[in-house]
Amino acid sequence: MLTALVFLPLVGSLLLLLLPQENKPALRGVATFFAAVELLLSLVLLARFAPSQAEMQFVEKYAWIPSLGISYHLGVDGVSLALVVMTALVTLLAAVASYSIQERVKLFYSLLLLLETGMLGVFVALDYILFYVFWELVLVPMYFLIGIWGGPRRQYAAIKFFIYTLAGSVIMLVGIIALYFSAGMGTFDIIELQQAGATLGSRLQWWIFLAFFLGFAVKVPIFPFHTWLPDAHVEAPTGGSMILAGVLLKMGTYGFYRISLPTLPDGAQAFALLLATLGVINIIYGALAAMAQKDLKRMVAYSSISHMGFVMLGLAAMTPRSISGAVFVMLSHGLISPLLFFLVGSVFYERTHTRMIDELGGLYNKMPLASVVMAFGIFANLGLPGLSGFVGEFATLLGSFDVFRTLVIVGSLGLIITAAYHLWMMQRVLMGEASSAGGLGKLPDINRRELLVAVPLMALVLFLGVYPAPTFELFNTAVLRLQNLMQLASLGGGI
Amino acid sequence: MAELAWVAAALPFFSFLIQVFITGPTRRRGDWVGIIATAASFILSIGVLLETTAGVRTGSSFLWATMGDRTFRFGYHVDALTGVMLVVVALVSLMVHLFSLGYMEGDVRYGRYYTILSLFTFSMLGLLLADNFLQLFVFWELVGLCSFLLIGHWYEEKANSNAAMKAFLTTRVGDIGMAIGIFLLYSATGTLQFEEVWHSVSAGLLTPATITAVSLLLFAGAVGKSAQFPLHVWLPDAMAGPTPVSALIHAATMVAAGVYLVARSFPLFSASPTAMYWVAAIGGFTAFFAATIALVQEDIKKVLAYSTISQLGYMFLGLGSGSLVAGTFHLMTQAFFKSLLFLASGSVIHALHTQNLHEMGGLYRRMRWTAWTWIIGSLAMAGVPPLSGFWSKDEVLLAAYHSGRPLLFWLGLITALLTAFYITRATWLAFFGRPRDEEKFRHAHEGDWRFKLPLGVLAIMAAFSGFVGSSWFGHPFTHWMETTLPSGFHLVELEPAGIVQLLALAAAVLGILLGWLVYGAGVVSRSALIRAAGPVYTLLKRKYYLDELYGWLFVRTTVALSWVVSVFDRYIVDGIVNLIAWFSTQLSFATGDFDRSVIDGAVNGVGAAFSAGSQVLRRAQTGYVGAYLLVLLGAMAAGLLVLAFIVD
Repeated sequence: MLTALVFLPLVGSLLLLLLPQENKPALRGVATFFAAVELLLSLVLLARFAPSQAEMQFVEKYAWIPSLGISYHLGVDGVSLALVVMTALVTLLAAVASYSIQERVKLFYSLLLLLETGMLGVFVALDYILFYVFWELVLVPMYFLIGIWGGPRRQYAAIKFFIYTLAGSVIMLVGIIALYFSAGMGTFDIIELQQAGATLGSRLQWWIFLAFFLGFAVKVPIFPFHTWLPDAHVEAPTGGSMILAGVLLKMGTYGFYRISLPTLPDGAQAFALLLATLGVINIIYGALAAMAQKDLKRMVAYSSISHMGFVMLGLAAMTPRSISGAVFVMLSHGLISPLLFFLVGSVFYERTHTRMIDELGGLYNKMPLASVVMAFGIFANLGLPGLSGFVGEFATLLGSFDVFRTLVIVGSLGLIITAAYHLWMMQRVLMGEASSAGGLGKLPDINRRELLVAVPLMALVLFLGVYPAPTFELFNTAVLRLQNLMQLASLGGGI
Repeated sequence: MAELAWVAAALPFFSFLIQVFITGPTRRRGDWVGIIATAASFILSIGVLLETTAGVRTGSSFLWATMGDRTFRFGYHVDALTGVMLVVVALVSLMVHLFSLGYMEGDVRYGRYYTILSLFTFSMLGLLLADNFLQLFVFWELVGLCSFLLIGHWYEEKANSNAAMKAFLTTRVGDIGMAIGIFLLYSATGTLQFEEVWHSVSAGLLTPATITAVSLLLFAGAVGKSAQFPLHVWLPDAMAGPTPVSALIHAATMVAAGVYLVARSFPLFSASPTAMYWVAAIGGFTAFFAATIALVQEDIKKVLAYSTISQLGYMFLGLGSGSLVAGTFHLMTQAFFKSLLFLASGSVIHALHTQNLHEMGGLYRRMRWTAWTWIIGSLAMAGVPPLSGFWSKDEVLLAAYHSGRPLLFWLGLITALLTAFYITRATWLAFFGRPRDEEKFRHAHEGDWRFKLPLGVLAIMAAFSGFVGSSWFGHPFTHWMETTLPSGFHLVELEPAGIVQLLALAAAVLGILLGWLVYGAGVVSRSALIRAAGPVYTLLKRKYYLDELYGWLFVRTTVALSWVVSVFDRYIVDGIVNLIAWFSTQLSFATGDFDRSVIDGAVNGVGAAFSAGSQVLRRAQTGYVGAYLLVLLGAMAAGLLVLAFIVD
């Protein structure tokens, strides 16, 4: 089942290569079809998933390179399944959002589906080598998506993204290998190596944690490893931005959840304060930097950095509520940021031909419905209760309060800055008299296809915000299991 | 009926949905959907009031979220305090809905206006029904959203969108304090349900320091929402919104939510003398402070805005002095007389198209209905018996008198005098004397029933609603509030003091008399008064320069800081990244050989990545796609090499 889920997009990707280059509607149709089937498949998994069960589900395990203890091991818990569904949804919407792409359509969609295989693989892989392969696989298509369909500085941005993440993942690979040898169990299995956590010495854990940290930190991204992100976002085509912000950043935080915390509990304890501090720096620094941006995409990019800070804070506090909150923020941001990137990168840009805040203005009156959708996205992103952003941030801050009291208070103050830059942007872009961008008169409002992208995201943001119980229910068991593992490990370490 | 209290909130929500999805925010006919829903909510609220004042307390809740190992519930809770508040909110909202039919007629965004009015009514009722702090906070923010959207209703004007932003951000400063208070409370008690928190307090599970800290942090939220010093600056600017909105949100309901929060949390606050002292002190000071600014305002809505801040301060003075009754009673009466005054000013503004008091005058002759209802409202506020404000103001002063803080009592008394003075000033400038703008005066005329009906209803309430707390009828309001307290808590019975009543009455009469002498009889000339006041007049006129101070202290510094961060980010953080890239490019030029540099670098993975990167950076200039693939292969090779190294 999971194998089909992971490799179906790859099949689609290869199939696209066989189709004629000229028939763009057919190419788009086939790609959308595969992405849609993929989403259905993930929903089937969701329906058949037993949230109360602590073990990995839909597990597939085959020996791959037995001599090195490498296996083909797939499985999901509530957290990874939630991310799988989110990935499938965002990819489908990114595919639909990219209908306006006219050049090299075949290659574009082929890479998009290849990317989906990589992302899903990361979330379901339970073997380090498999995990690493998928992790690197994600880089390639994203690199080309930015490098070929990107903006004027695409070369620079694509290479920066590629090299930076590659540097991080090479260090992560060193960490994997170090873990393999020091555990001495002759296996690369993620779940089995979790049991080894307690047996490793604290000092060793510290070093291995550092290696993983550097790998994941670039991806999240954590300050000061974040500067590739604004460049990549500004240059990436809209579909690429949606996936980059919606899914790729979560690979980093997912790494902490799946690997660093359960496998290296002592290392995690030693690093907790640093992680939490960096998380709060992300929140404040990202928000302040966002406030100063003149380019809408850059602003949303920095706001992503700010929001990922909440995830880091929640993971570092390591209480069940803070981790649940962190996972919730991952999902929520995975829905809100694609919505915002879609709006500023496609809906607004294609009509006004600018992303510069100073050149925009009065859009409420020029394209009312699109502006209302934008206002929705703005309020979701600034954490308005009733929408998903609030729930995750509230759970994270509440859950972290007992552990990092001062940091939570400082992080909360960041929410004032967050509100400020969002509303300031709203004032300059949506309110006021109509500016000359895209002409002084009315602009064509958001069209049906664009609504098809925006409405599912809005509906989910609303659902998660109004009634979050089912979503929490999906991954609470997995979070509690992580908590148990870490407690057992620290007990074992104590003995 | 009380079990159906939640329906009162659900109805406006359905009205909101209908207007969004069916009638459409740009088309008409959504208005009556809102009116019918609000009317039904009002009828339900009366039923709830009748039952809860008879002693019924009920509620229920459902699981909203399980965050990790902790559960959070949403639900509703009704008691007499809820009952009173529901009636006040539903009635004022209904009157504002009706008034807006005429006031907003022909507005470019008429549909949007009514849609948000429904959303607000839902959110405000939801806030009142909340049975826990989390839910209260959720609706607390939602009413803030509606306030933002309605202040910025005419968003084409920069001043209006500035005002909307200022309101949202200033209140958010308080809200963050409130959120931290909620975190602290949860950390100490493990629950956010009101009943359970009160129980923890009465069982002595919280240290006095925690109770004080939580109370003061929650109070920070109230200071923001109820526009108390030093977070009051947003409310006068909020007058940029349509006047009926000012009446509903910025006079009667949302701004009173802070008072409601303290009243609802009375078991918590009253357990901390320190917190109570600060509530009373902030309230008493704000009451006086805002009243002084109201003295010199030229804009009729600004007079009422500062007056609202001042009256809200009065409520906090009552609560902080230990009297739950005084605070909530004044909340109720003020909601009626202040929304009446706002709607009456709206009627004037609609007729004259000006808000400047100096362009009015003599309107009594052209707008009898508006003038009379305004006069009833202003006499009620000045505290003339037997109108509503007289009774509730008396209760507040009585509480302050008994609290053993003479300074706060005298501050309250002086405020009463100032209040009577400035409202007499406004009354005279608007309705009596010679018309100062003949052109505008000629066109002035009374509105139709859509204006008169709400004014009439609210005038009746402003006049008579005080009787529920009057000694003539045996203080029924006190008995209602008694039933809302959890077991183990008791209201402090305040001994009536003739001296307080006498002084309050004297203050009202003296204030009105002075106002009349200056503005009516002209015994003292205004310009002479202004000259005599000199720098004090300027200070009041400039609102104590607080807007300028905050502008420098918070707004400019934050914007400057954000600029510094972005420059730091671009040139230092990113500069280092680019420097490393440049450095490794130079390095690989020096070795001159791609393969060798990869192999050298493979020993330590970082070096490999950057060296490979530098090569690609160079090749990228050629735009040759194949070069990119080399990078990947190089990296793979590096990885495999490292692997081989270690396996050996």
